[in-house]
Amino acid sequence: MHLIHLTPLDLGLAALLVLALALFSARVHLDVARPLLIAALRTTVQLLLVGLVLKAVFARVHLLWIGGISLVMLLLAGREVMARQRRRLAGWWGFGVGTLSMFVSSFAVTLLALTVIIGPQPWYQPQYAIPLLGMLLGNTMNGIAIAMDRLTQEAWQQRTVIEGRLLLGHDWGRAIGDIRRDSMRSGLIPIINAMSAAGIVSLPGMMTGQILAGSPPVEAVKYQILIMFLIAAGTGFGTMGAVWMGARRLFDERQRLRLDRLHS
Amino acid sequence: MRTPHLEPASFTLAAGECAGVSGPSGAGKTLLLRALADLDPHEGEVRLDGVPARRIPPPVWRRRVGLLAAESAWWGERVRDHFQGDPAAGLERLGLPAAALDWDVRRLSTGERQRLALLRLLENRPEVLLLDEPTANLDDAGRACVEALIRDYREAGGVAVVWVAHDTDQLARVATHRLRMDAGRLIPVAA
Repeated sequence: MHLIHLTPLDLGLAALLVLALALFSARVHLDVARPLLIAALRTTVQLLLVGLVLKAVFARVHLLWIGGISLVMLLLAGREVMARQRRRLAGWWGFGVGTLSMFVSSFAVTLLALTVIIGPQPWYQPQYAIPLLGMLLGNTMNGIAIAMDRLTQEAWQQRTVIEGRLLLGHDWGRAIGDIRRDSMRSGLIPIINAMSAAGIVSLPGMMTGQILAGSPPVEAVKYQILIMFLIAAGTGFGTMGAVWMGARRLFDERQRLRLDRLHS
Repeated sequence: MRTPHLEPASFTLAAGECAGVSGPSGAGKTLLLRALADLDPHEGEVRLDGVPARRIPPPVWRRRVGLLAAESAWWGERVRDHFQGDPAAGLERLGLPAAALDWDVRRLSTGERQRLALLRLLENRPEVLLLDEPTANLDDAGRACVEALIRDYREAGGVAVVWVAHDTDQLARVATHRLRMDAGRLIPVAA
């Protein structure tokens, strides 16, 4: 099958759309123009670099090498989670809670998919391992960032309610229970929406990419379904873990609400 | 006992006593109550019947040492969602109708909130009551009802009360002895 190659001019035309959006948002004082442009620039540079190194990455089938790359991906994702929160946990906790949850959920799900479901030989073959882990980390990162931002923000705003409940003798889990539940739910909404709308409203990116690149649609669809399930599990467990740890950290050993542990 | 904005303070309260604490705004009266309820980190030790707070699980401690905050918090939709049982007798004593339980919490007046918050707290049967301006938003009749209810609760159950108020006339009525808080220092007031 023939693949139509994209020229820099084609990409430039698409970039004009982002530029137009940035200009418009600046005019209505939306304060997202800068982050939007920076993110667009990052996506260009990062993806181009990855395109260049992936060839080299895929050529070296070595467990340590793959592990090293995975670790770098994890740390970068952890940094992203932290950077997107208005009131993050102070100190190492701000980085640690999100990163640890992502590590446990994304790596466990990826390992399961590689060893039990897909089963490439060897199981850490980079052509499968790296994209799979990337998809999981990317989505889990989103879920955790949204949920943690919600958790810390709500705890800050609803301080009176949380302390009011503590004063009535509720334990910490009950005192912050509603907020914790809402945060977990908000972290899971993107993947639930994506699964509900897949194929009807939206054609998921990975599948579209595969089809554009010439794969048979049914094969692409099967992979997309697998990926959706993996992402749902990874995001769900990762988000719950992060919110649970984050909420626990907001209370000390005497179950006092400690908003001083948030970076303001 | 001390917290960052509170000088070391030490006092003992026997069952059935009521310590009236007055002092200028910002003197640390609320901080004192919060430390007693173990809601703020503090040094030193608070004991209940000789048992230090750290030996008692925090939720249990806060049920036994009940703090009525100046600003009450409501998270459910109806007043009823915040009560474990039926506070019918208490509602009547404080001049509230039985239907108050079905009221929407967003429509409560500050005075209603204050009285309902007191009833909600008393459901835990606290052995020590920490009151932060418990009648600040009430008219004379409401204030008299609250004072009488707390006096009866204190005398019937052998309950110790710490009562913070600006109104020194009120403290003269309700307190068995008086303390004064000034710039984080707690000073006994001679009777």
